[in-house]
Amino acid sequence: MDVGIIGYGVYIPRYRLKVEEVARVWGDDAERVKRGLLLEEKSVPGPDEDTATIAVEAACNAVKRGGVDPKEIGAIYVGSESHPYAVKPTATIVAEAIEATPNLTAADYEFACKAGTAGIQTCMGMVEARMMKYGMAIGADTAQGAPGDPLEYTAAAGGGALIIGKNGAGALATIEGTCSYTTDTPDFWRREMQPYPRHGGRFTGKPAYFKHVTSAASALLRQLQLTSRDFAYAVFHQPNGKFPLQVAKELGFSSEQVLPGLLVVKIGNTYSGSTMIGLAAVLDQAKPGERILMVSYGSGAGSDAFSVMVQDAIETKRDMAPKVLDYVNRGINIDYSTYARLRRLLVR
Amino acid sequence: MGVPRFWREIPNRYNLIGVKCKNCNRVLFPPRFICPGCRRVGKLEPHKLKDRGKIVSFTVVHVPPNGFEGQAPYALAIVELEEGPRLTAQITDCDPNQVKIGDDVEMVFRRVGQEGEDGVIYYGYKARLV
Repeated sequence: MDVGIIGYGVYIPRYRLKVEEVARVWGDDAERVKRGLLLEEKSVPGPDEDTATIAVEAACNAVKRGGVDPKEIGAIYVGSESHPYAVKPTATIVAEAIEATPNLTAADYEFACKAGTAGIQTCMGMVEARMMKYGMAIGADTAQGAPGDPLEYTAAAGGGALIIGKNGAGALATIEGTCSYTTDTPDFWRREMQPYPRHGGRFTGKPAYFKHVTSAASALLRQLQLTSRDFAYAVFHQPNGKFPLQVAKELGFSSEQVLPGLLVVKIGNTYSGSTMIGLAAVLDQAKPGERILMVSYGSGAGSDAFSVMVQDAIETKRDMAPKVLDYVNRGINIDYSTYARLRRLLVR
Repeated sequence: MGVPRFWREIPNRYNLIGVKCKNCNRVLFPPRFICPGCRRVGKLEPHKLKDRGKIVSFTVVHVPPNGFEGQAPYALAIVELEEGPRLTAQITDCDPNQVKIGDDVEMVFRRVGQEGEDGVIYYGYKARLV
């Protein structure tokens, strides 16, 4: 495989809602929730933010880091489960806002939390087939959790964008391989016209998240003849803090390999953005020659696993756009009533 | 605002595309057809403005127009961009009481309005304190 990451960028909205605030409203024990989910707070989009605005800011950061002419981007795929329109692609808005139009293909993807990584695979195939010079894959969401549902503690907002191109001087990391694992597993869903998703509670764990993530990761390791010791870092989809650490253990990875990319504790589950923001956080600090395992998970259900090898260009490109921690550390705490207003649970 | 008008102004609203006069180097936003300084000898070409500027003046809106009810109070400012043009923009992601004249801002891509719950969504620029 001769494709790599040319640029990456993220965006995380500024507002934060602490577990204590949600627990106070619904009479839950905050400490118990925090222990159970390994989570402190989540990001909340502002009143003028949605998946499109988040995707645009992440895409702009990826273009800055990639140093590419946006007109050379031949495809944009935006993965999300919270596209602002039911019919009218978010990808067209992003393409216009980064000035990649009009000679490109664009589409929106949906696959719960793994729609962004599905876009990476499409771009990899198209670049490898020489259909285009660069492709952009974005995962972005403003996730919805019904009031009082356990999801309300974690459903957050954020996005990540990757520019995929041929390996060479411009690639800050090469993608050594990818492998997917997909089944029909109804662990989490949202029906047409419904504002909030429903889920199978504990069923979202073992037969869903754990089975798919371990199966995709194991298949990739077998395919590339690698073991957990060959990787400096591992990034797993982060619906809460507990699942990625537990799945890492099952696959033979240490928590030291996982913690640099574990953002959920401070920003919540950014759905399609989750794995891509995790990868970006690792790229923000990784050294050339280090290998990263990235495994996404989307309910419904499927996982995409990638092996990424960091290259020399990371050193020059890293500082050309804001880093993940720049966004994580600029949070403004809000109370539940402000959250209710921002998420339009209360409307004047 | 009708959908065709919004669509025509997408380059200005999304990417701050103004015009620059090749004769006197003046940068104008929103774009004009004739340079107000050079008149018929002016030669205007599309020009993408830099996204940084300063707050020249501002007000805090407590009684918002339709569509902005959930956002009040918010700051509405006249921003002077680095290349000279001034534009009116909402200051986003901040407590309006923090805003000061002379503050540095960067222009960001945000939702500006919508034609009701089933209508088109208008995206465009707002300013964010740096």
